[in-house]
Amino acid sequence: MFTSPHGKGGKQDKMKLLTHNMLTSNIIKTVTNGYPLKIVPTQVEVKTVDFNPEFISRMLPKIDWPALCQAAQSVGHGEGLPEALTEKYEEDEMLLKKVHHVLMQVEVLEGNLVCPETGRQFPISSGIPNMLLNEDEV
Amino acid sequence: MSNDKFSTPDISHLRQEDFEHVYEPAEDTFLFLDALVQEHDFLEKRKPTCCVEVGCGSGMCITFLAKMLGTSAAMYWCTDINPLAALAAKRTAQQNGVTVIPVLTDLVECLKPRLKHQVDVLLFNPPYVVTPPEEVGSSGIEASWAGGYHGREVMDRLFPQIPDILSPQGIFYLVIIKENKADEIEGIMKGYGYKMWTLLILSSTGFILWDSSQTLGIDVFSNILFPNVQVFLWAVEWSPYRIADEKAHSHNVIL
Repeated sequence: MFTSPHGKGGKQDKMKLLTHNMLTSNIIKTVTNGYPLKIVPTQVEVKTVDFNPEFISRMLPKIDWPALCQAAQSVGHGEGLPEALTEKYEEDEMLLKKVHHVLMQVEVLEGNLVCPETGRQFPISSGIPNMLLNEDEV
Repeated sequence: MSNDKFSTPDISHLRQEDFEHVYEPAEDTFLFLDALVQEHDFLEKRKPTCCVEVGCGSGMCITFLAKMLGTSAAMYWCTDINPLAALAAKRTAQQNGVTVIPVLTDLVECLKPRLKHQVDVLLFNPPYVVTPPEEVGSSGIEASWAGGYHGREVMDRLFPQIPDILSPQGIFYLVIIKENKADEIEGIMKGYGYKMWTLLILSSTGFILWDSSQTLGIDVFSNILFPNVQVFLWAVEWSPYRIADEKAHSHNVIL
């Protein structure tokens, strides 16, 4: 229905791990935390995105670090991420590049996000997570 | 305007048949863009890092905001309950060379815990048309306008969540019409400690709106013209911050 601006056979839509980092399933009535969601990807791709250290530094305080590490591992890109963030992360260009890679460049092509408590699956379609619930789940 | 960052987003990728399912940018959308232009200097100074549009439809407003403030300065999220709207928003952002992250969720539901007190700019052009309550709650095009009782049923569900999601310097932009009872909304917001003021008013003789006494449908929607309809764009933020910032941020109401 919506033609891709990249033309026929152009790039497919994918979901970044930045998106995953902000989503919870505690919208389901029986779920308390619902975070982080598990990622069950059907395919993972790496796209080149211009490195913007300032953007990464500004986003890092908003990122849940353990959830990012877990997500990166689950899609096979967890290597080299420290267990915890150091205080002066904004001066650590190697780290910022690594974070840039997992947040911005690693992308999930189709697949599901799975509630850690109920196993409820949320499909990722055209790179858009579908977090809508049925009436009986709210 | 000659400056590219203020140009209206290109939506030429969307076709007329798409607008059978997704709200087509209309006068209220453009009012929103005008208000954001007016807010540019103020927003740029505040350096927002997290911007969210609820009920994004075609994605025109959040794309415009991302273009205006720059994708590398902040993350831009948008939500909708209509899958075709979320996809349209994604395409609109792509078409205009910005990154916007669409999520299919009701209002801000699945983002709320993680965006707690993080949202610096919140945009909402809600379904504000007064309709029979039973018309509220679909996920199709009706969801873009059907506001139920006083046109408030959907926005009233978002209001109590505003204190949870807005950051201390956050600002919430909202489109309403007179029938939504602005003074009541102002009272609700005041109860949460927010100050609300009118940013822009659109008094249009050609504005397309819906007659609440009629059953709504696409045909009715595109054909009925109401003279003297007023659409208001309101801004809402914490009053302590607002007072401190009053001098730096003076608004013009255009009648």
